[in-house]
Amino acid sequence: MTDVRETVRPAPPLSEAAAAAAAPRGLVNRAVAAMPPSGIRRFFDLVSTMTDVISLGVGEPDFVTPWHIREAAIWSIEKGYTTYTSNAGMFELRVLVSADVQAQYGVSYDPTNEILITVGVSEGLDVAMRAILEPGDEVLIPEPSFVAYKPCVSLAGGVPVPVPTDAAHDFKVQPEAIEARLTPRTRALLLSYPSNPTGATMCREELLPIAALCCQHNLLAISDEIYAHLTYEGEHCCVPRLPGMRERTILLNGFSKAYAMTGWRMGFAAGPAPVIQAMTKIHQYTMMSAPTAAQMAAIEALKNGKHEREEMIQQYNQRRQLIIAGLNRIGLPCFRARGAFYVFPSVAGTGLDCETFAERLLAEERVAVVPGNAFGIGGEGHIRCAYAASLANIEEALRRMERFVNRL
Amino acid sequence: MKEILKILERDARTTPEQIAAMTGRDPAEVRQIIAEAEAKGILRRYKATIDWERAGEERVIAFIDVRVSPQRGTGFDDIARRIDRYPEVRSVYLVSGEQDLRVVVEGPTMREVAFFVAEKLATIEQVQSPSTHFLLKRYKEDGDIFDDEEPDRRLAVVP
Ligand SMILES: Cc1ncc(COP(=O)(O)O)c(C=O)c1O
Repeated sequence: MTDVRETVRPAPPLSEAAAAAAAPRGLVNRAVAAMPPSGIRRFFDLVSTMTDVISLGVGEPDFVTPWHIREAAIWSIEKGYTTYTSNAGMFELRVLVSADVQAQYGVSYDPTNEILITVGVSEGLDVAMRAILEPGDEVLIPEPSFVAYKPCVSLAGGVPVPVPTDAAHDFKVQPEAIEARLTPRTRALLLSYPSNPTGATMCREELLPIAALCCQHNLLAISDEIYAHLTYEGEHCCVPRLPGMRERTILLNGFSKAYAMTGWRMGFAAGPAPVIQAMTKIHQYTMMSAPTAAQMAAIEALKNGKHEREEMIQQYNQRRQLIIAGLNRIGLPCFRARGAFYVFPSVAGTGLDCETFAERLLAEERVAVVPGNAFGIGGEGHIRCAYAASLANIEEALRRMERFVNRL
Repeated sequence: MKEILKILERDARTTPEQIAAMTGRDPAEVRQIIAEAEAKGILRRYKATIDWERAGEERVIAFIDVRVSPQRGTGFDDIARRIDRYPEVRSVYLVSGEQDLRVVVEGPTMREVAFFVAEKLATIEQVQSPSTHFLLKRYKEDGDIFDDEEPDRRLAVVP
């Protein structure tokens, strides 16, 4: 594993728009045409042709949304809550979000103008980028990372600048690595802890020097904390809580993971009023408002969802410890990931690259994992295993993986 | 200990080694905690949840609510114990409301259950006006849904 501090600074990447400008004009926008399809997609297509597959490739809870939440949405539909809501989202929901963020993380946001209800964190990301970026603005993205970050930046006219992280540092982004990639065009830093795909978390002490860098260089932070509740060891550190960060952070979070509500498409953004107002403007013209029944469900989740949320989290934690112990035992070393529902073991010791490993594991043992390089720099040599799967499936997957590794 | 109990409540066959891995403990320590819970009567038994209907076996269950005149000194306890000694009786609960005891009785046929109620339960001196409710369909029992569970609808690989 290379030390990120010694990595040569890469040439600033060409923006997708610029790269595409030379190409002849086809049916679609050239920047979009030039955008590579998600590495995960290809793997998904492969898996869908097979049966008997145990999938550790699913990045969403294996629980169905708790019944009381589903029931609240059904009730709202029966009662005829079928209209648009206010652009920023139902006021009651914003008040609850504000209270929840305050209670959980000690940061306060005014529900009248500092909170926007979004269609998942996915929309929050897109709208955040469009609200803050001008053409050519650079956004630092620690990698391996969630697959949507780079495209969101590019589509907003920005230039994504990957910041590698590595197993030697448990995939925590290092301040030196950020510093080495700062340019006069650097506009924002994207943070995402607990991390998809690595399960890495960063505590307050580790984030402090990064916050200092943001302040010193006047960077915005976009902090995707969708896995915040899924922190199993230590306390989640909310980025806007750090000194000097509240006024420069867009906090993104949502209901998909903590409340098993992926299909509802519910998220929120919180930040300084001018940014949230700008984001609300875009949201107003592109989304109008987040789906009403889903907002009703989110209200119920925040009011009464704590117990079932904690039950689910306890189960994830048990699976986490089981899978970490299991993978290390069968010779796929992985660090003790403290958050989300992913582990990111190294397959370097097997002599296979991550794609070959994943493809052969799927073909020979019918276990689906995602090759680490689908998540960008630093992912090579690793695979992502999601433990949002039943204990029985995790154990069977481990048995099959052991058989596979021993055969190599 | 509670976390271990909850794991066993979900699946009694989880081995101490598995529990150890799941909770970050040592297998020996888990074995000791389990032994202790067994010794204290906290962990009473390891049982299977069986859908007898699917197994093709008829079993008739009835819930019988009875009013009981409590006895001086022992209240309801003595009567409850007289009832719970019958192997046909699966559960006996003291409940609030109009009735006092809720008795769950199991038998091979409706006739036999009715017979048990008439001959054995109703004849106990302090038992009054038993009302029998036969179980017609089991939707959920002890936290397990007997209808088909909701299938995993997720796509196989998701970012
Ligand atoms: C890090 C991260 N951010 C955002 C999302 C998208 O979340 P949402 O369902 O709220 O759009 C995901 C989903 O996998 C994720 O892993």
